[in-house]
Amino acid sequence: MPVTAAIRLEGLGKRYVLGRALDPYRTAREALVGAAVGAVRAAGSLVGRRAPASGDDAFWALRDVSFEVPHGQALGLIGGNGAGKSTLLKVLTRITAPTTGRATIHGRVGSLLEVGTGFHPDLTGRENVFLNGAILGMRREEVARKFDEIVAFAEVERFIDTPVKRYSSGMYLRLAFAVAAHLEPEVLLVDEVLAVGDAAFQAKCLGKMGDVTAEGRTVIFVSHNLDAIQRLCRRAVLLEAGRVADAGPSDEVVRGYLTRQLRRPSPAEWLDVSGLRRRGSGDARFQAVRFSTGEQTLDGHPYPLGPLEFQMQIDSPRARSVPTLAVTIRDIGGVNLVNADIAAAPQVLQLEAGVNVVTLRIDALYLNPGEYTVDLWVGDGGPTGLDWVESAFQLLVLDPRPAGTGPSLVVTGIVPCTLRATVAPGSMRDAAS
Amino acid sequence: MTSGTSTRHTSATHAGAPAGGASHGSDAVTVIEPAAGWPSLGLGELWAFRELLYFLTWRDIKVRYKQTALGASWAIIQPLFTMVVFSLFFGRLAGVPSDGVPYPLFSFAALVPWTFFANGLTQSANSVVASQQLVTKIYFPRLAIPIATVLSGAIDFVIAFVVLLGLMAYYRFTPSAHALWTVPLVLLAFVASLGVGLWLAALNVQYRDVRYAVPFLTQLWLFATPIAYPSSLLSEPWRTLYGINPMVGVVEGYRWALLGSGAAPGRMVLVSCIAALAVLVGGILYFRRMERTFADVI
Repeated sequence: MPVTAAIRLEGLGKRYVLGRALDPYRTAREALVGAAVGAVRAAGSLVGRRAPASGDDAFWALRDVSFEVPHGQALGLIGGNGAGKSTLLKVLTRITAPTTGRATIHGRVGSLLEVGTGFHPDLTGRENVFLNGAILGMRREEVARKFDEIVAFAEVERFIDTPVKRYSSGMYLRLAFAVAAHLEPEVLLVDEVLAVGDAAFQAKCLGKMGDVTAEGRTVIFVSHNLDAIQRLCRRAVLLEAGRVADAGPSDEVVRGYLTRQLRRPSPAEWLDVSGLRRRGSGDARFQAVRFSTGEQTLDGHPYPLGPLEFQMQIDSPRARSVPTLAVTIRDIGGVNLVNADIAAAPQVLQLEAGVNVVTLRIDALYLNPGEYTVDLWVGDGGPTGLDWVESAFQLLVLDPRPAGTGPSLVVTGIVPCTLRATVAPGSMRDAAS
Repeated sequence: MTSGTSTRHTSATHAGAPAGGASHGSDAVTVIEPAAGWPSLGLGELWAFRELLYFLTWRDIKVRYKQTALGASWAIIQPLFTMVVFSLFFGRLAGVPSDGVPYPLFSFAALVPWTFFANGLTQSANSVVASQQLVTKIYFPRLAIPIATVLSGAIDFVIAFVVLLGLMAYYRFTPSAHALWTVPLVLLAFVASLGVGLWLAALNVQYRDVRYAVPFLTQLWLFATPIAYPSSLLSEPWRTLYGINPMVGVVEGYRWALLGSGAAPGRMVLVSCIAALAVLVGGILYFRRMERTFADVI
């Protein structure tokens, strides 16, 4: 069967006009301006330019976006905040019109930008199912036919004639998602709906999304959950500052997205982390960091079971004692592999007012060759901590053996181990004894 | 510039057969392009979404008096008390003429369609802004929102109309066959209410000033309409011209159809119909033009 594109985007662009200060009632626009100015700055700094601070500026939330999605394929749409993912979905769902370009969609379109759109708190669960179904574009007979299924999926049978304002938030979400999950459009556009609810609910949503994609519907799926994108979508598109930055098999795009976000400094080189996004109270802040094995081999790059030393410049406005300070090494997927925390020693560091240089040495690094990301953490014992820089930089663990010596190291495990194998002549009887 | 910001045209198709391939499922094709020029009325699309219109109306009716102590009595309280006040001040104290009809009946017959018009106008003016959550999250013909809002007022109208019939019985007025005219006349009130409501609803998205202007507008309009007084105070051709205010035709039509007061206001109603239709068509076009940016500016 020849394959036609179910969704085709040709040079799609969306421009917002910024900085109209005349309309005091346009509070939504003010919010938009705020968000957009931030995105413009981010985009400007990418190309090494300062964006104009204010004025009657045009801001392109989407610029020249072109791609196709064949029938029956699920496409993941990824990108940072303000990259244009949601704007693109809003254009494709016709909530807002594009400024340039054209998009063609073949088939009945269903969209899900939020669960429970149009739910009215005063109406009962039953009434809301019908109302929400109509809003999502389902016929009344269709909703009636699937009603029992929807209610069973949501597990709210006993409360179906109770106004939804009396529901717990979990029940509310389940019912809202259940209606949407029973939509049967040929083309489905889904935004970050999985970001709500508890883990069990998310798993259920994800399972349902898996069914939808397995059924061969055409899906565009926006999510920050890269793992879900990789599982549900064969292909992915990466948006950056409103443009298509990468497209291809989702594994590759996700991997490229993760690595392009990170800086990979050379050993012994100070990396300025003062401008990175962070959490915590900020009463002491990481300024810079560097790492090295302190050896000449591999130019100071770490290797399995070798030493690794981190040095961190921490600016503290006053002297304080620090009971927890850690370097956390994660894999590309975010799994915490090594958490080198002084609290484990346990040890308490005394920081002076001003800039301190803290050295943290790992004697043997139990990591196989590969790419890792490093978080920096310092805390005063409170839950929020003082400073937490996630994914401060990328760390490369190398294979220490010179190229061409022996078979290439095929590493399947995450963690290396020291091992020695021996062989001796023997028999079944020896083994049994 | 990093390579990341360059645009790459990506074809995700395997075979890349752009046209003429087998069509899958329905033949529905959606083309999304920049909007330009004046829009169509979009009535065909509205028809396709008639079930949604039904559900939105049904929702508005359902939630209208939820958690109110007096419930649907509110539909009567408003026109009834206005009638009492008018009867006291205009009928008794000021001695305003009422075309030979008892003043309470004279004013209440006008207040019933007026209340439908005024409430429809007020609520539809606010309807799009109140549906912000829908407007920014899902597509459907936006016209459905104000239309459903005005339609849901019909239930109040019916309740008030029954009270009007009761009042007529009290004053021993028997409706003639002319009473059937009240049906097309309430349609006229609907058209006028929706027409003005559409203008205000679209404006309200952009300028929240509308919210403050509407109560003032309806109040002025109340006195610009012959509710507390008869239009027979005017002489021709002014009386016919007065019909430019669509509610003049509705109100005088009601009195004639139900109470038999005065001559048939045919020409005046005709003028009102033309005015109301003009406002409605203009309102739809303006609304449709502005709806393209609703989600961006709301």
